[in-house]
Amino acid sequence: MSTTISTNTKWWNGGRSPFNISYGKVMMWYFLMSDAFTFGAFLISYGTIRFSVNHWADPNHVFNAFPLAGHANLPLVFVSLMTFILIFSSVTMVLAVHEGHKMNRKGVEKYMVLTILGGLAFLGCQAWEWTHMITGDHAVLVNGQIEYWGTTVTRNPWGVEVMHNGAMVATPGPIAFGGYFFGITGFHGFHVFSGVIINVTMLIKTRLGHFDQRGHYEMIEKAGLYWHFVDLVWVFVFLCFYLV
Amino acid sequence: MSSQISSPEITHAPEHAPGTSRIWRTFWVLSLLTIIELGLGYFLYFQHGHLSYAFTLSTKLLIAALTLAKAYYIVSIFMHLGDEIRNMIMTIIVPLMLFIWFIAAFLLDGNSWKNLRNTDAGSRPNKTEQHH
Repeated sequence: MSTTISTNTKWWNGGRSPFNISYGKVMMWYFLMSDAFTFGAFLISYGTIRFSVNHWADPNHVFNAFPLAGHANLPLVFVSLMTFILIFSSVTMVLAVHEGHKMNRKGVEKYMVLTILGGLAFLGCQAWEWTHMITGDHAVLVNGQIEYWGTTVTRNPWGVEVMHNGAMVATPGPIAFGGYFFGITGFHGFHVFSGVIINVTMLIKTRLGHFDQRGHYEMIEKAGLYWHFVDLVWVFVFLCFYLV
Repeated sequence: MSSQISSPEITHAPEHAPGTSRIWRTFWVLSLLTIIELGLGYFLYFQHGHLSYAFTLSTKLLIAALTLAKAYYIVSIFMHLGDEIRNMIMTIIVPLMLFIWFIAAFLLDGNSWKNLRNTDAGSRPNKTEQHH
């Protein structure tokens, strides 16, 4: 404890922050809590539908590609890369907050740049993954005919496999798969995107010396809370869509 | 003390470690947990079709538990919630307890739907194979 707290302080009688934390940080926490419920509701809805059907797409078959690797079967590899990118950009973010506590402007700038680069790298990965999902064709047996489908919000080529002309071929799966996948990863990607915008704004304000004039780098902390939350949500998206 | 107080009504500032060792230690913990999760994910992939339903489900629950551990480290260390005073921590954690009911109720509901459909609401035996 760097500062002693008076035992006589009337925390709830006004004039003091009840939780001894700035208004901005409390409200950021409450916003993030409400956002957690939004993401939670989406993921639980997805889980409910997935539990209610007999067959669901196997993520190891759906997400097995890697850029420039052709048709090599590499389950989990690309999404692991995305996970580590986001964890690492969380580390550079917390290092930026750390430099802010020390009032070290150059340090904050350096780590904010790295955090922004991490966010852009993640968004690039997601753009590639979506493109691959939507444009990658897979044989599907539809009304006795073989068709080639990408994965979209209206088409799911990852249904039950059946025997057709001596070979196993997939049938259409529940269309909810694409809706949930693109809906939830898209909502998360939008958070990453807005997080990058916030971080760029903070970098500009740091460079302009606004926080030095203000005497503290608390805005970096609040942007950091949002950024870590984005990483936190990804941990659960990673679990629900790719691992299980 | 290195940190500054942002406004006059705040008298408490958590002690921020002078070094970054705690941050890097958390990074390695998160990486290790992710690698264990991936190891279990690959285990399920390579053993697909050779494992019982109960064993597969248990492994998936273990992966979910590791994810919760990662969430704890991110929130407690990176977001510094662990450094705030106890009442602040409780206003965040206690409402999130709603998720315990939320997840259990809805996943059980989804499972019930599946059973009702597979048995025509209980009027015939369930002959549908379990696909997971």
